[in-house]
Amino acid sequence: MKKQKNKLAGLQRRKAIAGYIFISPFIVGFLVFMVKPFFQSLYMSFCTVEVGAGNFEPIWKGLDNYIRAFRIDPEFTRLLTEEVSRMVIDSLAIMVFSFFVALILNQKFKGRALVRAIFFLPVILSSGVILGLETDNSLMAQVQVAIEENTTGMSITAAVENILRTAGVGVRAFETVFEIIDNIYNIAISSGIQIIIFLSGLQTISTSMYEAADIEGCTKWESLWKITFPMISSMFLVNWIYTIIDFCMRSDNEVIEKITKVMVEQINYGFSSAMTWIYFLIVIAFVGITSFFISKGVYYYD
Amino acid sequence: MTKAVAKQKNSSFWERNRKSEGYLLKKTIMSIALKICRFILLFGMCFMILQPIFNKISVSFMEERDLYNPMVIAIPEHFTTENYRLAAELMAYSKSVVNSLVVSFTIAVLQISVCTLVGYGFARFNFPLKKFWFACVLMVVLVPPQTISTSLHLHFRFFDVLGIFKAVTGNSINLRGSVLPYYLMSAGCMGLKNGLYIYMIRQFFRNIPMELEEAAYVDGCGTLKTFLRIMLPDATPILTSCFLFSFVWQWTDGFYSKLFLGNVRLVSTSLSRIVDSLASYLQRLQGTTVTPTVGLVDCIMSTGTLMIIIPVLILYLFAQRGFVESLSSSGIKM
Repeated sequence: MKKQKNKLAGLQRRKAIAGYIFISPFIVGFLVFMVKPFFQSLYMSFCTVEVGAGNFEPIWKGLDNYIRAFRIDPEFTRLLTEEVSRMVIDSLAIMVFSFFVALILNQKFKGRALVRAIFFLPVILSSGVILGLETDNSLMAQVQVAIEENTTGMSITAAVENILRTAGVGVRAFETVFEIIDNIYNIAISSGIQIIIFLSGLQTISTSMYEAADIEGCTKWESLWKITFPMISSMFLVNWIYTIIDFCMRSDNEVIEKITKVMVEQINYGFSSAMTWIYFLIVIAFVGITSFFISKGVYYYD
Repeated sequence: MTKAVAKQKNSSFWERNRKSEGYLLKKTIMSIALKICRFILLFGMCFMILQPIFNKISVSFMEERDLYNPMVIAIPEHFTTENYRLAAELMAYSKSVVNSLVVSFTIAVLQISVCTLVGYGFARFNFPLKKFWFACVLMVVLVPPQTISTSLHLHFRFFDVLGIFKAVTGNSINLRGSVLPYYLMSAGCMGLKNGLYIYMIRQFFRNIPMELEEAAYVDGCGTLKTFLRIMLPDATPILTSCFLFSFVWQWTDGFYSKLFLGNVRLVSTSLSRIVDSLASYLQRLQGTTVTPTVGLVDCIMSTGTLMIIIPVLILYLFAQRGFVESLSSSGIKM
């Protein structure tokens, strides 16, 4: 009896060892390329780093870099608030947009494969450096100016905007909405993955549920809120986290540009680490708080 | 004959409509209106996504003066392929494409094979501290690489393994600018979005029934053999899509390329430098410092972007199913 138990333990141990062997590349990589740089950069953010010929030497300066980031540097606080507010608004817009598009793309119609392919195109085309080039395309701006001149500045959207602006009620809210609408291209090109995630969620909902609701006299609108929404609520959490993280890594992010500039051109490692840490902590705090609230509302079917 | 059938069908429609007290007609009209709305919406959004590409194509064939001409919008008046020649020269196109192909391909293969091992390990084995290590994977997904970039920069600039090199040569090695650090990082699952690949692959392996593996063990298959013979062939779709993502994202990546691969000419880095190279090219040509005009910069930039997109676009056209379908069918769940 005892022997058998030992044997089982041996098998389990063998499996455990095999498991560790399988994930060993990750452990090594994590310790060498993640943990060490992580704490090193935290340490460096409190230091001035002197780069010599064969080595570098951090000199402890306390909170100097952080004070400099907030109080002395003319750009950083402005860029930070701009980027964070853009992140909040854009992420919300991306969530709504991708959910909406996923709902449409989940229906059956002719040419669905083509439309899906087109919506997914930006994931591969607008990544990395190409995105950075896209944002400062002065030619597009010129074309826009030319078009506006030719049409004497009057279009339906502009007229609607003017009416809503002069309505005097909730002007600030309208301004935000206009901003999002003007930004719709950016939102469309950065919601490819989110659409796919929502689609995969929508496909796991069994059709029998909709049929049952239909027979009971449930309209499409009601079943959207009572069935679809709760069933893919976990996808909202995944997408929300992914969207924010993705936003932080985009190459047209001005805070990141500033950090890279300070690091590569001015060779000020301490200051750039401090700025990265401020940014990172804000983003992580934001992700943590919001996903805590979202996860409260997530409904798990099984 | 057909007319009669149609008429009969028609009349039956109206008859049915009458029997349902107008409900059928209302419903048909509603569904047609919905279809039209959907078509307009989708068409508009597809156009919005594709328009920049079309615009780049038309601009890339224009001469500079066409850009200043308000009459010319889509079809160039002075058709030219000069932009392609110039952009190719500025980016050292053939050389950087070959470099990029080699780097992206090897990096993608390395990353995906390592991530598969790790993902399989997480999905199929029980070992102490498993939850902790998986939390570490999630942390890798969450921590933006920018946070640690400063330190990595220094790490590879003064690279050393336990002080051995310093003891032997008296100096640490400057690995910045060579390809090696990035391969090392990829081998340790710390490349571009590797946490995401581990997560997706783990999710896939978890859905394969346990009995399959147990049967293999009973029949005398070892752990490694089970993995290679039984599990890997099953995982082909998710591996293909991860591989494609890895390849494409590596192809366009600017962050890691700028950080580590500064000396290797890649398409992504040469594209981001194209404006500067244009300026220095003009300077060499004319002997004085000149800033290139807005029109010329735009011509060259859109041509360059297009030339970089084209290989990826071709890949996407052929492997579209690999990108989208396997992802949406396998399902990403928390």
